[in-house]
Amino acid sequence: MSGENLYQDNIKRGEYLINNYDELNDMHIDVLREIGNIGAGNAASALADILNEKVGISLPKVRITEFDTAVNALGGAETMTVGVLVNFCGDANGMIMFLLNMNDASAIMSILMQEDDEAEGQLSELKLSAIKEIGNILASSYINSISLLTGLEIRISVPYMAIDMAGALMSVPIIEFGSIGDKVMFIEECFSVEENNLTSNIIMFAEIETLKIIMERLGIKI
Amino acid sequence: MSKLLIVGISDYKLSRHPNVIVTYALGSCVGICLYDNQTKIGGLSHIMLPNSNMFPKTDNINRKKFADTAIQDLVKDLVAMGANRFRLVAKIAGGAQMFQMQQGSQIGNIGHRNISSVKKTLQALRIPIVAEDVGSNFGRTVYFSLDTGTMRVQSLNRNVCEF
Repeated sequence: MSGENLYQDNIKRGEYLINNYDELNDMHIDVLREIGNIGAGNAASALADILNEKVGISLPKVRITEFDTAVNALGGAETMTVGVLVNFCGDANGMIMFLLNMNDASAIMSILMQEDDEAEGQLSELKLSAIKEIGNILASSYINSISLLTGLEIRISVPYMAIDMAGALMSVPIIEFGSIGDKVMFIEECFSVEENNLTSNIIMFAEIETLKIIMERLGIKI
Repeated sequence: MSKLLIVGISDYKLSRHPNVIVTYALGSCVGICLYDNQTKIGGLSHIMLPNSNMFPKTDNINRKKFADTAIQDLVKDLVAMGANRFRLVAKIAGGAQMFQMQQGSQIGNIGHRNISSVKKTLQALRIPIVAEDVGSNFGRTVYFSLDTGTMRVQSLNRNVCEF
């Protein structure tokens, strides 16, 4: 069935209200994937500017999963991970997390600062605050592009950073967005800096109400 | 042979000696170990949110997600398995604040709210808390050994602690 037909079909079905992430249909997921694509595309070009290197992005994955799958999605619950979290609110509410493993965090810093005099797995205060700022820039460009696309007014918080088990970091958005129902939805993308073989993830969580508003702005009944 | 049982987020498991129950990477969630040292029966619950009463009663909620309902249900199941209700003791871990957010933000202090709801629920059920490793700002993995009732807490930046 073509997209147009699906759209008409949805309209005909009328006032059918979605309250849970697992009620999103294929077309909604396609739209979310496109939003992720635009957001992460913008963030990737910001990252490329910062690093002055080519940055590739994966096809966005829209995941609607149980809590445990979400925790394990990013390479094991207990893996030491650097996470930068930015909240957004206003017309749309959600969170963006920028995640990378310790080695990649050190590697990014040595590209930026042209020095690598530190013991493996150790990052100085200065480097940590630089990573926090990178997370902040990426999240802002992600949100900016959604805001431009939809005309919604979205404010973002200051960035928060933590270095800990991936699962413990992921528990923060899961608690925030998992209070209703037993699943969470997130859009995940992987950045790769090919020359240095670095990877990182950017993930976006949003309230179900926010998804409805974004879809409505794009002319889709949800 | 002892078996390792894995408890996910908003779940609980119960078993008996000599098995070990584990839950990985508790952040702001809280892990509650309940143990009867005579029968060596115990359970581990991984709760995510403090109270089920934020939702209307008619909603089909997952009772294992909330401190109040999960602990009540776990106690019932433990008794059904043969544990003595009045011998149960509790050891709790988790409830960290992973990101240092501004004071007063709802999401920022969810760890605290989880801890206080767990304590309140245990108190109402008259189950003493004999050990706790809660709060602060780091993730914890909890191994609960039903052989001895020991709760072992592992973190990335701290030595393994036994309670």
